[in-house]
Amino acid sequence: MNKAFDAVIIGGGILGVSTAYELARAGMKNICVLERKYLASGSTGRCGGGFRQQWSTEANTTLAMASVKRLEGLEEELGYRTEFFQGGYLILAHTEEEEQQFAKNVAMQRSLGLEVNMVDPAEARKIVPFLNTELIRKATWCPKDGHINPFLLTQGYANAAKRLGVEIQLWTNVTGIMKKSNIFFVMTENGNTYQTPLLFNCAGGFSKGIGQMLNVDIPVDPYRHEILVTEPVERLWDPMVISFSVGLYARQEMSGGMVMGMGDPNEPVGTYVGSSMHFMYEMSQRFTRLFPKLDKLRIVRQWAGLYEMTADAQPILGPVDEVDNFIQASGFSGHGLMLAPAVSQLLAKYVIKGEKCPEIDSLNVKRLYNLKNVEKEKSVV
Amino acid sequence: MKIICRCQDVTEDEIIAAIRQGATTIDEIRRLVRAGMGSCQGRTCRRLVAQIISRELKTPPAEIYPPTFRPPNRPVAFELINAELERHSSENGEKE
Ligand SMILES: Cc1cc2nc3c(=O)[nH]c(=O)nc-3n(C[C@H](O)[C@H](O)[C@H](O)COP(=O)(O)OP(=O)(O)OC[C@H]3O[C@@H](n4cnc5c(N)ncnc54)[C@H](O)[C@@H]3O)c2cc1C
Ligand code: FES
Repeated sequence: MNKAFDAVIIGGGILGVSTAYELARAGMKNICVLERKYLASGSTGRCGGGFRQQWSTEANTTLAMASVKRLEGLEEELGYRTEFFQGGYLILAHTEEEEQQFAKNVAMQRSLGLEVNMVDPAEARKIVPFLNTELIRKATWCPKDGHINPFLLTQGYANAAKRLGVEIQLWTNVTGIMKKSNIFFVMTENGNTYQTPLLFNCAGGFSKGIGQMLNVDIPVDPYRHEILVTEPVERLWDPMVISFSVGLYARQEMSGGMVMGMGDPNEPVGTYVGSSMHFMYEMSQRFTRLFPKLDKLRIVRQWAGLYEMTADAQPILGPVDEVDNFIQASGFSGHGLMLAPAVSQLLAKYVIKGEKCPEIDSLNVKRLYNLKNVEKEKSVV
Repeated sequence: MKIICRCQDVTEDEIIAAIRQGATTIDEIRRLVRAGMGSCQGRTCRRLVAQIISRELKTPPAEIYPPTFRPPNRPVAFELINAELERHSSENGEKE
């Protein structure tokens, strides 16, 4: 089979479907999403569901703020319930160094118009009960951060995109790409070829491989990131809590389970997403250090997904120099769910109207070819 | 109204609605409507969900993409894990 489209998007995660939807909403016809397995089967369906605007770089903060604004009216627009909930984010400062860095972050974030404050341990404990305040010096609090159900958000975008005529091909693995006189020929494992003048790389942890198919260097490295959920309990708190020093984040699902995960600096590069005992032990220790009274919570499930890391922990957006009309949206470095609503809109504006914005410029892949000039995002768990 | 997942109160109609939205696997149904996310982690409802998919999509049960099994085998409390860790480290400490 050989089919022609005006745009082809590789990847049926949150970036792929939101971009398809925004393109269609902006009036583009004939869009196709190619997904190797099923929707949200990659990082998206494995993620923690948090969205926060408290970042250390201006680019991440600006994109996250635009996303939250977009999310605020999105359920209505998509006609789909996503469990969007602004329960806030509480970020814990344990050391003097963290306190100073956070004060800088807050000043920058406030200058961009974000409602965010430094609070003392007693206040922090009012926001998140059971917190072991002996371990903290200060915390930053933004009540307009929150969390959302990643499957429902993906499905909501996908359903709306389909209503606008977008084709979503599941179980379709892209194995090769060729470009000839301005047309991409996207070849799949099941023997089909999709032709298009405009190609998007939204392949998450696999976007480097998609770049290689066109001989373009997309420096995104996949790392396993593990996460677990406890049995549902009564409502304990609304926000997501993050500690970079202890190394964890935790939030309570709408259905009551406590979801928590952590970064592991010893994790090697690779696409393995099995679960480890090490994580279960380590998470248990860390969580109960911060919340000693909650040691009776029972884990029901643990799993893992890929963090798609770039050298500066910021995404790769927009065009590449080597190949025209090959648009990137990857390397979200563990925060792609929360950036997708804004990024998809900016990319649609860029390809349809040629409107550029500072983030599409500053987050071009080129910056990663010369690491001397990159400013690294510090607020990553 | 027929309840398929007793842990999470998910009805047959909700599962059929998820299939109509394009779900073809047990994992997708778990994610969309929470069937299989309860404390038994799908041990009771998994087969029933597979039967519904098979019936609705007219695919033989053997061709339904197998669900992912997630540890632990049964719910385990943090305090137990911590106690086990402590026991391990004190036992290892004695040997040294
Ligand atoms: C445990 C964990 C917790 C996280 N917590 C958060 C959080 O709280 N908040 C947040 O914002 N982010 C979080 N993230 C990060 C977030 O999940 C990702 O940044 C985001 O989902 C990226 O979306 P994506 O669409 O780019 O990638 P993906 O969801 O990975 O989608 C890429 C898709 O491309 C498909 N694909 C790959 N190669 C091919 C091919 N050759 N042909 C066809 N299809 C292909 C894959 O199957 C996949 O479905 C977390 C991640 C993990 C793992
Ligand atoms: S019956 Fe469905 S999870 Fe237990």
